[in-house]
Parts: sequence; structure tokens; C-alpha cells
Amino acid sequence: MKFTLRIWRQKSREAPGKFVTYQVDGITPDMSFLEMLDVLNEELLARGEDPVAFEHDCREGICGSCGFLINGLAHGGRRGTTVCQLSMRFFKDGETLTLEPWRARAFPVVRDLIVDRSAFDRIIQAGGFISAPVGSAPDANAILVPKDIADTAFEAAACIGCGACVAACPNASAMLFTAAKLVHLNVLPQGQPQRYQRTLNMVAAMEAEGFGSCTNHGECAAVCPKEIPLEFIGRMNRDLRRAIFRRRFERWRDATQ
Amino acid sequence: MKTSRVSSANPLVMLWNSVIGKKIVMAVTGAVLVLFVIAHMLGNLKVYGGQQTMNAYARFLREMGWPILGHEEGLWAVRIILLVCVVLHVTAATQLTRLSWQARPQEYHEWKGLASTFASRTMRWGGVLLLVFIVFHILHMTFGVVGFSPGQFKHLAVYQNVVAGFSVWPVSLFYIVAMVALGLHLDHGIWSAIQTLGFNSGRNEHVLKLVSRAIAVIVVLGFISVPVSVMVGWVR
Repeated sequence: MKFTLRIWRQKSREAPGKFVTYQVDGITPDMSFLEMLDVLNEELLARGEDPVAFEHDCREGICGSCGFLINGLAHGGRRGTTVCQLSMRFFKDGETLTLEPWRARAFPVVRDLIVDRSAFDRIIQAGGFISAPVGSAPDANAILVPKDIADTAFEAAACIGCGACVAACPNASAMLFTAAKLVHLNVLPQGQPQRYQRTLNMVAAMEAEGFGSCTNHGECAAVCPKEIPLEFIGRMNRDLRRAIFRRRFERWRDATQ
Repeated sequence: MKTSRVSSANPLVMLWNSVIGKKIVMAVTGAVLVLFVIAHMLGNLKVYGGQQTMNAYARFLREMGWPILGHEEGLWAVRIILLVCVVLHVTAATQLTRLSWQARPQEYHEWKGLASTFASRTMRWGGVLLLVFIVFHILHMTFGVVGFSPGQFKHLAVYQNVVAGFSVWPVSLFYIVAMVALGLHLDHGIWSAIQTLGFNSGRNEHVLKLVSRAIAVIVVLGFISVPVSVMVGWVR
């Protein structure tokens, strides 16, 4: 297979970026999108040019490192798939593909297709701890978790923090990510003691990072490689509302100052 | 991080100072306005009952709650609640819109939507159009200072005012365009408010969107039927 690639090239955070067009040939349909880029980079290196910088690690769709827009769609727009798991057979031979990094004020471009997602780390950090007892491991059946709750927590825990939700959101909002992290712990019995404090802290951290405000378009859930549902944002909102009206103001004030 | 964003221990102030809180304020005020719009649409249908029915309804609105409430007291209570809701809804929308615009300083060269709808993407400018319409509509049908020839508008002669007002075709056209904008706003707005308040369970998402669209369509058809009937000559 043969492709024309229009790739966003940007040397550093401050440097101006632009699209550069490349041709790749000899791509097999079962190559992943990142393997296709590997082929391009081998050629660029052989020619003595700078390879295209893109983030990757596990290439199994579970680490959350990779991700960029392909033809205007985060991760290429294939349901429940990261770019590393996206096969070239999903594209037409000879197609022109436009590759662009996530764009958000909170995600500055580091180089080419790599953006700095430390804002996500700071939101997770703000979540603090759960009061799990230390010492010998408790019996597996010591804390009973109903099946539907376990399923919901697992669905939320599947979030790999790739940033596609922010990238696809017309408002550059990080609410699906934050909601996934909150729902994961807020529904489980182990997460109950710090539930409302955690909600206030993580929402405050999210708002401090300069993400936009959700308008329920649903673009985030549509591109999420782990298919986190939009419904979780409503659950987060409900927990925030409860937290505020349960008068846990001090925690909120500490978190926002 | 910003300091002193939360200067009060009042939960309502905390709500207003949070991005999600402002969304909740928009959802709640939006719900009040949706209920008003449905009631307003049903009230407008009184025009088909004839002059007596319509004008009697207008007088009833001024005596609502009697004898507990005096003349026009109930009406003014409703007006004040609505005004507060509109001010909060528009202020929150403006602030959140600015925040979202600032959140993506550099636009994509290419961006495709998978889930957003025409209605969801026109919430902001459609909302601005609705605000302009509301101001015009109050000057038109409540005060009678625009869209009527001098002396034509008569207070409480609602039926005659409706017929005279909608006989001017540019006014009717603007009204119909504004109602289509209202329909789009409701189509996304009702579902969106329910989602923001956390009543979407995932499983009922499909039904909620359907109900939202059904209310939007019914409200728009009800409103638009009046100017259309006047222009066609069914109501005169």
C-alpha cells in the first residue's frame, strides 16, 4: 500500500509548526499505524532528516501513550481503538492522511505529534488516597462488591488517560477523563471514606488546568479507545453537587487556593 | 492556581464558582425555562378557541392565585423568576463559552464530528438569536412598541394584537425562524440538562434524547401554527 502523509512538524513548544507532506510505499495492510510511521522514520533517518516524533510504549492499546488525529478524528475514529492498534487495512490504498497532535491549552505540543499531558497526572494526584489497610492481604471476600458496581468501576478503570476525549471535544474539556477517574473509586466500597473530598479536589484540579466546559456533544465518548460512557460525566456532576451541599467547603478552599 | 476563588462558605456561591456548578445552574434554570415555554405554547393555542377564550385567558393570567394573591401579583412573581433564570442562564453560558474558547487557542486544521449534532453545535449562537428574539417579542406583544402602527396595539386585547401583529410578514418570518432556533436549542438542551444533572443512566440515554426531541418538535409546531394560521387566514 501507498500513502501520502501530511504530518504536523513542530520542533519545540515555542517553535511555529507546519504541515509537511511525505510519501510512504511498501506498507502492508496488517501493519499498525505506528509501524507505518516506523517505516517512514527509517527512510527519514536514512536520508539524514529528523524522524517524526510520536509517543508510544506498549503498542497493545493499554498504556495510553499514543494518540493523534488522523483526518480530523482522534485515534483515527475507529471505535474502541488506539492508533497503535489501528491497522492500515482500514485506509484506502493511495489515500492522503493528515496527522495532527491533540490541541488544547492544557496540552502544549512538545514536538511534532507529542503533547505534554502532565495536566492529567496532576488531576490524578489531586485525588489523594483511599484508606486501604496495610499489613497482610485481606480475604478476597472480606469486602463484598455487588456485580453491577464492580462492572461500573471496571468500566471506568479502563481509562488509559490517552487524552483523546480532550482532543475530540469541541470545548477541549477534560470532564470524561476526570469523571472516569472519579467514578472508578467513588462507586466502590473502598472509595467511600474520601468520596466527596476526592470529588472536590479532583474537579478543582481539573478546573485549574484550563480545560474547557462540557456541553454534552458526546464526541469524547465516541472516540474513547476504552469506550468510557458519557453517563459518567453526569455521575461526577452529581457527586460534586452532593459534595458542595454537604458543606465540605474547607477541602474545596484548600484545593483551589 | 488562582487564589480566593471561593470566598464564601455559601454552597450556592461555591456552585457558581465551579465550572461544573455553572453547568448545573444552566441545567436548572434551563429546566424552569423549558416548563415556561411549554406552558406558553399551550396558552397560545387558546387563540383557536376564539377571541373570548383568548382574552379571558389573558385576564386570568393577571388574576392567578386570587384571592391569596392580588391583581398581577402572581404574574409578576412568574416574570421575576423567569428574568432571574434568563440572567443566570445567559451569564453562565457566556462565561463557560469564553472558557471553552480559551481552552483551545489553536484550532485544528481538520476536525470531524462523530457524535455532535447540528443542534448541539448551534447552542451558543442559537441562544444569542433567542435572546434577541425575547427582547423583540416583549417589545412587540407585551408593550406593543414595535411591529404595530400607532394606536393599533391594545392592552389585554390579545386576540386582536396577535392577528394584527402576525399580519406583518417580516415579523411572522422572524418569529418562525426564532422558533426553529428554539426547537434546536430544546432538542439538545433538554437532553443535555438531564445528562448534566446526572439522570442519564446510559441505558436510558436513547429514550432521553428521543423525549427531548419530541418535546422540541411539539413546542415548535405549537408556536409556529399561530403565525401560520394568521397569515393563511384561519385566524382573523
